[in-house]
Parts: sequence; structure tokens; C-alpha cells
Amino acid sequence: MYIYADNAATTKMSPAAIQAMVECLEKTYENPSSFYMSAQRAKERLEQARGEIAALIGAEAREIIFTSGGSEADNQAILSAAAIGEKKGKKHIISSAFEHHAVLHTLNKLKKSGFEITLLPVHESGIVDVKELEAALREDTCLVTIMSVNNEIGTIQPIAQIGEVCRKHGVLFHTDAVQAVGHMPIDVKAQKIDMLSASAHKFHGAKGVGFLYARKGIALTNLIEGGAQERGKRAGTENLAGVVSMSIALRESVQSMEQTRQKLLPVRDYLIAGLSEIPHSALNGDQKERMYNNINFSFEGIEGESMLILLDQKGICASSGSACTSGALDPSHVLLAIGRVHDVAHGSLRLSIGEDIDYRQADYIIASVKEVVAHLRGFSPVWRDLQTGKRSYIL
Amino acid sequence: MALYSEKVMEHFLHPKNVGIIEDADAVGEVGNARCGDIMKMYLKIENDIIEDVKFETFGCASAIASSSMATELIKGKPVSEAMGLTNKAVAEALDGLPDYKMHCSVLAEQAIKAAIEDYEKKEKGEQS
Ligand SMILES: Cc1ncc(COP(=O)(O)O)c(C=O)c1O
Ligand SMILES: [Zn+2]
Repeated sequence: MYIYADNAATTKMSPAAIQAMVECLEKTYENPSSFYMSAQRAKERLEQARGEIAALIGAEAREIIFTSGGSEADNQAILSAAAIGEKKGKKHIISSAFEHHAVLHTLNKLKKSGFEITLLPVHESGIVDVKELEAALREDTCLVTIMSVNNEIGTIQPIAQIGEVCRKHGVLFHTDAVQAVGHMPIDVKAQKIDMLSASAHKFHGAKGVGFLYARKGIALTNLIEGGAQERGKRAGTENLAGVVSMSIALRESVQSMEQTRQKLLPVRDYLIAGLSEIPHSALNGDQKERMYNNINFSFEGIEGESMLILLDQKGICASSGSACTSGALDPSHVLLAIGRVHDVAHGSLRLSIGEDIDYRQADYIIASVKEVVAHLRGFSPVWRDLQTGKRSYIL
Repeated sequence: MALYSEKVMEHFLHPKNVGIIEDADAVGEVGNARCGDIMKMYLKIENDIIEDVKFETFGCASAIASSSMATELIKGKPVSEAMGLTNKAVAEALDGLPDYKMHCSVLAEQAIKAAIEDYEKKEKGEQS
């Protein structure tokens, strides 16, 4: 048995995207910036992909900048908005406590250069409160950056409402939509999104390629200086094959989105129900406002890394917010942000299921997790203390 | 699994000396749930020899494997020798641990020391 349940980390490439990529590498290897006719074909292919991607999120082609992925897009969006704000003397940014590190670390950098950062709470549900966001807006707020879907607990943020509030107050709104693009409908105009980050490998495209959408009129700051590629905003010979794979994968994902959702939603809820049978466990994050492929549980009395390795032995690929999986001392900042204390944040498991999962596999996952949790609790001193009343249950 | 040596995996998947000793002569517990590793050692000591040892661990694979290996290294040994066990020796016996996992093996050393200190305290208490 091999079950890949780590689709929030990355996805398997779509065969059509691979094929398009290989074809491009073989036949359209010329540099899109060169002058001969064959290079112009490469340029056209690049612009065709840009147009297709733009159309799939309701943007215009010129509003799309290709990047090396989600992290770069996040960095560029935030640093650009900060530069625009600074010129007007506006140095306050609003974000949330459970953003991806690509956002949080960039904000930390800005903090050191005099920006004030407000990180909104995300509550036990893992959802930002739009009223709290509106209350946090100030005269000097230059940017609101809130992710569309959290990568660990899959909770969906009220992006259209946030866009509405930001537009009303004339504040730029960026969303890290890395976990949303290709998985849920996005229309940057209708949702009043000013900037959006996406990454191809989260929707069956190639790794190391993504894009930044920036509404026209927003002046971008370069992270990479050099040639005039990407309208001068991102130097470097384009990753044409990667970009082509991204456009094919995005089109496929958007086309099959509703079908995928309808297939995965009941399997997700079946897994949540099955894992809920484990005593002293809890789902992390709201169940309703949640991506149809995300299951994230905490199990009291055990540690996540050992759980992951035992599941790996059974052919199940998953992930955890435990500190010991990353070498950090603290467990996942996402789980801490939704109010999980360290003790139970260490014992978390994230399953992000893919299109090919079936109920037989779901049953196998549930049985395996039950077995592994019971095994680890069997010699956990924490579990013994909980059972003997020396320590009280949290979950 | 390339992260861990075969030895680590063997001790993690089939840990030796797991459980508790009901009438233990000494118990040592170290670590806390905050940092994600807790280890508890139970010792049965006769004539200053560690006759039996059992452990319980809440922690990662490297913490569990270190506990298991540490118990193997001190079983049947004089208390004084067990007191000298270092985390380096535990890690070496496991054919090494990734750098960022070394702190998990420190706990094994500390748990044994805590148990022996508990034993020595009790001994002194009985004598006086
Ligand atoms: C929410 C979110 N933002 C940003 C990233 C970074 O994307 P990339 O790996 O393409 O740099 C990821 C993926 O790990 C993510 O899940
Ligand atoms: Zn550890």
C-alpha cells in the first residue's frame, strides 16, 4: 500500500503538464528574448500561457508576473506594497498569526526597518474575523495580507469580504493563495484582490515556478535585478517549460475543480469521523469552512514525528506540526495560533488527500492511525499520567 | 528512511525495555511536554547493580530510540558506570543521530542520572 496524503506539501504532476513541458524543452528551447523567428515562437508560447493563467483567475495578462514559486511571489508582493506605503509615510501592515513563513519572515524583516505589524488572531476556528480586521485598519495602514487557505489546517478565509473592506478603505490587499489556486474558484476582480501569490506545484504543475498577480497600476519592486524580462519587474531568462506546465495544470485543475470537490468532500468527512473515534483527539480548525482535502488532528499523549514515521512504515505519507519534524523547539505556529497548547500541538497529524483516494484507502488510513496512536500511547508517560489522573486531559 | 540510521529505526520500531517497574528502586523523569520530549526511567537495583530497567517516552523517533539504547547500555551494569553514561555514547551506539536530533539523546542520559540521583537520595534516607 502506498497512499500519498501530503498534497498540501506538493502534488503529483499532471501527465498533460509533463508532456507539454517536455515538448517545450525539446522544441521551444530558444530564449524568448532573442530576435529570430524561432525565439519569437518561444515568446509567443510564454505570452499564451500568461494569457491563459490570467483568464483563469479573472485577471489581465499584463497583471501576471512569473516567479520561482509562492515564496518569491509573497516576498515581492509584500515588499512592493511596503515600498509604496513608505513613500506616503504609511508604515503599518495587517496580517494574521498563521500565515506561511514566506509572509511572516518578510514581515519580520520590515519590522526591523521600522514598519509596524498587526497580526490578527485567527481564533479556535482558524478563521480571521473581518470585523476585527476592519477595526485594526489605521490611517497609516499600507497593506493587508491574509492567506486564502491555511496550508496546515485548510481553513478558508473570507477573502471577498476582506477585499471589500480593504477597497472601501483604500488599502492594498494581498492574498497568499498558494493553497487555493486550482482548488477553489478565484476571480481577482470580483473578490477585489489587489495582489495574489500562487505556486504551480500545489496544483499538479512543476516545482520552482509560480506567479504574482498585481492589479495594474501597482508599482512592483524588483527582488531580482537584471534583464528586462517580465516587464522589467523580474529579471532572468524565463522558465518557459515550467510556465507552460503551470498553465496546462491550472486549466485542468480549474476544469475538474467542482468534480474533485464533490468526490473528496465526503471522503474527507469520512476520515474526520473515523479519526474522531480515537479518544482524546480533536480536529484542528473549523470543519465547515475548510478545504475539501484537509484533515488535521491532534492526539493527546503522543508526539507527531514518531507517528509520521510509523505511518510511513505502513505506506502512508503525511505530515505533522510537531517541532521534532523540523528541528525547531516550538511546534507549528499555526496550531499555537488557534490556541492549541504545546502538549497537544506536538501530537498533530495533517493528511491532505488527493483525487485518487478511495474509501478502501480511507479505511486503511483510519485503522493505521488508530493502531499507531494506541502503540505510542502504550509507552507514553504523558498518557499514563492522563490515565491515572496525575495530569488532566486537554482534549 | 534516510533520516535515521538502521540502528535508530530498529530501536524505534522495536524498542527494548519498554514499560514500567511497579516496585522500582528508583524513578527519574526529565523533559516536558512543551519541548516535545519526556522520558521516564525505572530502575531495579541490587547490590549497586542495575538488575532491571524500563522506560516510557513521549517523543520523536530519536528520543524513543535513545531511551531504548540507553536502557540496553546500563542493564546489568554497576550504578557508578551507569552514572557515567553520556549522550554521545548513546548516539554512537545508535550509529549516529542527525545534528538537530542530538538534544533528544541528551534526555536519555539525563533520565538515567535523575533516576540514580533518586536512588542515592533514598539510600541516604534509609541509612540516616
Ligand atoms: C500557503 C503557502 N504559501 C507559500 C508557500 C511557498 O510556496 P513555494 O514552495 O512555491 O515557494 C507554500 C508552500 O509550501 C504555502 O503552502
Ligand atoms: Zn526529539
